[in-house]
Amino acid sequence: MSTSYRDITVNGLWKNNPGLVQLLGLCPLLGTSNSAVNALGLGLATVLVLTCSNAAVSLIRGAVTPAVRLPAFVMIIAALTTCIELLMQAFTYELYQILGIFIPLITTNCVILGRAEAFAAKNTVARAAYDGLVMGIGFALVLLAIGLVRELFGTGAVFANMQLLFGPLAANWQITLVEDYQGFLLAILPPGAFIVLGLLIALKNRIDEQLAERAKAREPVAAPAPSRRVRVTGVIE
Amino acid sequence: MSTLEIRRSMLRNSLVLGLFAIVTVGLVAFTQQSTAERIAQAERQARIDALAQILPAGSYDNDLLDSQRELRHALLGPRPVTAWIATREGQPAAVILQATAPDGYSGAIQLLIGVHSDGRLSGVRVIGHRETPGLGDKIELAKNRWILGFDGKSLQQPGESGWAVKKDGGQFDQFVGATITPRAVVKAVHQALQYVDAHRDELFAQETAR
Repeated sequence: MSTSYRDITVNGLWKNNPGLVQLLGLCPLLGTSNSAVNALGLGLATVLVLTCSNAAVSLIRGAVTPAVRLPAFVMIIAALTTCIELLMQAFTYELYQILGIFIPLITTNCVILGRAEAFAAKNTVARAAYDGLVMGIGFALVLLAIGLVRELFGTGAVFANMQLLFGPLAANWQITLVEDYQGFLLAILPPGAFIVLGLLIALKNRIDEQLAERAKAREPVAAPAPSRRVRVTGVIE
Repeated sequence: MSTLEIRRSMLRNSLVLGLFAIVTVGLVAFTQQSTAERIAQAERQARIDALAQILPAGSYDNDLLDSQRELRHALLGPRPVTAWIATREGQPAAVILQATAPDGYSGAIQLLIGVHSDGRLSGVRVIGHRETPGLGDKIELAKNRWILGFDGKSLQQPGESGWAVKKDGGQFDQFVGATITPRAVVKAVHQALQYVDAHRDELFAQETAR
């Protein structure tokens, strides 16, 4: 009955990725993906909340009756999000100001309640925490990918202002790929987020298709071709 | 289900939920307690860093954040404006105003305007705006050096007619595709200078008397 860790990993990162397949949590995904540092900041916060909330939900899954299950889950998620928000305010104040409303909105990210309901409430603490971690990483990776593409096309450089997240040491992490870039406005504005997300989903589907084709191409070698005796119509000499 | 059973399940459920509320609120309260000091420190540091951009740390010797006050005047717009008064050895050094340019292209633009006691601008920075990325956002120092053009300017230099964008016959550049944004900023800075010029003595009186 219980899912293996390998399956949990594949599900979270690829097969059932929250950003590309479940399409949950689109509001933060589109809203904070205009640069790598914003994307990474919100991605990490989401990973933390999701892992802790999954573990907590799994821990109390025997104690709550189905009737009050949802309010109890929401309370846990809201409390954890508030704690993360306070911690970010204390340790990464500037990033906290940039991400602003999107941090408290992690509470309303459907991925988190979705995983609590669909997985954590039915599995052991270790599995639930691992599922939260992998789902969170899957979400964060999509967020980061969109952030990188938008920042690159929008400003010609990536990883600008990383010191907001990693301290003064990271101030020179910026990689300028195109000098004297004029900027491509559409990538930074909200439509850019939709376009890049659409392209990413298309890319994932294309890869899945190719994998399926390759698997199909391998099949006939394994199984012998059906014999000709099945032909029952037509003229035989 | 009998009434008794319903009652029993209601009681159990509300007890469980109540217990949860207590635990989660406790968790939040604990986190808030343990981070409160650091958050206050981070906020203070962020404000000092912002002020230091337009007024170098060595040019005053009072506690800037301590001198904070609210100003109201027609020239500064309808809302009270936060101001910090800098002094050096008891003498007036500079005033920093957190002014608002109400007529940006998409809403108000928040500015930090530093004025030396002799009426020259020590600097201007944009601390909040919603102008179009790529066009109006060149007022940010991170995007463009335009905002540095205010350094050292005063009511006399340029004179009255110079305090406008070039398109309106003034001295300040506008941006390609964005005139409204720089026009709003120039107007707000000009009005702030006029306010400081008219109220100079009264602004410094309290701080220099200390």
